[in-house]
Amino acid sequence: MPQAITDKDGVKRYLITLNVNGDAKTVLVKGNAILTNVLRDELDLTGTKKGCELGDCGSCTILLDGKPVDSCLMLAVEADGREITTIEGVAANGRLDAIQESMINHAAVQCGYCTPGMVLSAKALLTRNPHPTEPEVREAIAGNLCRCTGYVHIVEAVLAASQGRTAPADH
Amino acid sequence: MYMPDFEYHTPETLTEACALLDELGEKATVLAGGTDVLHKMKVGKLAPGHLVSLKNLDDLRTISHEPGRGIVMGALTSHNAIYTSRLLQERYLSLPMAAHTMASNQICNMGTVGGNIVNGVPSADLPPILIALNASIRLVSSNGERTMPLEDFFHGSAETVINQGEILADITIPDQPATGSTYIKFGLRRSGALAVVGVAVSVTMDGDTLQDARVVLASAAPTVMRARGAEDFLRGKKISDELLAEAGDRASAESRPRDSIRGSAEYRRNLVGVLTKRALRKAIDEGHA
Repeated sequence: MPQAITDKDGVKRYLITLNVNGDAKTVLVKGNAILTNVLRDELDLTGTKKGCELGDCGSCTILLDGKPVDSCLMLAVEADGREITTIEGVAANGRLDAIQESMINHAAVQCGYCTPGMVLSAKALLTRNPHPTEPEVREAIAGNLCRCTGYVHIVEAVLAASQGRTAPADH
Repeated sequence: MYMPDFEYHTPETLTEACALLDELGEKATVLAGGTDVLHKMKVGKLAPGHLVSLKNLDDLRTISHEPGRGIVMGALTSHNAIYTSRLLQERYLSLPMAAHTMASNQICNMGTVGGNIVNGVPSADLPPILIALNASIRLVSSNGERTMPLEDFFHGSAETVINQGEILADITIPDQPATGSTYIKFGLRRSGALAVVGVAVSVTMDGDTLQDARVVLASAAPTVMRARGAEDFLRGKKISDELLAEAGDRASAESRPRDSIRGSAEYRRNLVGVLTKRALRKAIDEGHA
């Protein structure tokens, strides 16, 4: 049980540690604080988006111990001590991840709202399965709804990144 | 989105969790994967005074084979843990496949088999295939434990026989003679959709005679249901396309679906027939698939 601190008004908060993008972050949260909100409002990691907030759209996707989850259906206290990767943790040493490069080059981003979640789902897929088939890519991002692109460029971008190229094939 | 307030508890053992449930009474709700409980809290359908989180009960996250008993699966096993279990894939691939198709990857990483059962909704994807595989469940409370066939657990839409203070601990799939099983779900999109209708079957073949069969329907009645008329009809018969079609018709006639936004009762009844026939054929031809 995380340490609980009750303020003078009787509101109980929990001292939790979230290992976010490689850094241990200690935050004081109420029991009912949703992880998406804590990431965005307490840790300023606003790359994690709020869409449906009910686990349908995937825009709040983060990696929890390397696995994609919808952070909107998770209490922050439940993530105490866990490893979290948000979109801010995907680029390393100032360099975009191959998936991000590829998505830019394939024009796989339109409004961009689904993109952070989409990148994280793709990242988890390529970590587990570096050379996926197209159906495997489609399945991996099935929990990330995009209302702009029709998915074609996104799927092409992820496949290209898995093949070590980030530029689009000639059309 | 508004999230109601509650007291949060994280017991370290199942015994401690049961004691908490006794102490807190009806104000307490058990939290496992959270994909249903938090969803209900956000949409205003549930406002428990206390959430008792099972997140520290790692013993309930294991899948193992116990000789003489069968495969025992902790209630906190996630859908993706079922999908990726080598043990389950080798013995009953039908169950990992049902877990895999039940929702998006994100939800499959969060949601648990226990939650899928305890919620008691008729569209849940795991109960039908588990019942087809003759699974039993173990409910634990401070007063002891009881084991029952999973099919006896449900008695109405979102109504189960679980008592206040009880926690579903694990699910057992017994070693069995069934030679094949499968679950076919029909949803409005290929991924992440609730079942308009789902049909799970298991078959025990002796040459081309069906020694035994189970036909279990999702979203076709207020609870998950066995189509016992179809099962009785199939028992001991030599298989043929006509036989499987007739079994489908019987299952269809037994089903008690309702009209809903996902499909009319008439459409669902028709689907039960079609999917029953297909599922039987698949389990007969492909084994546990």
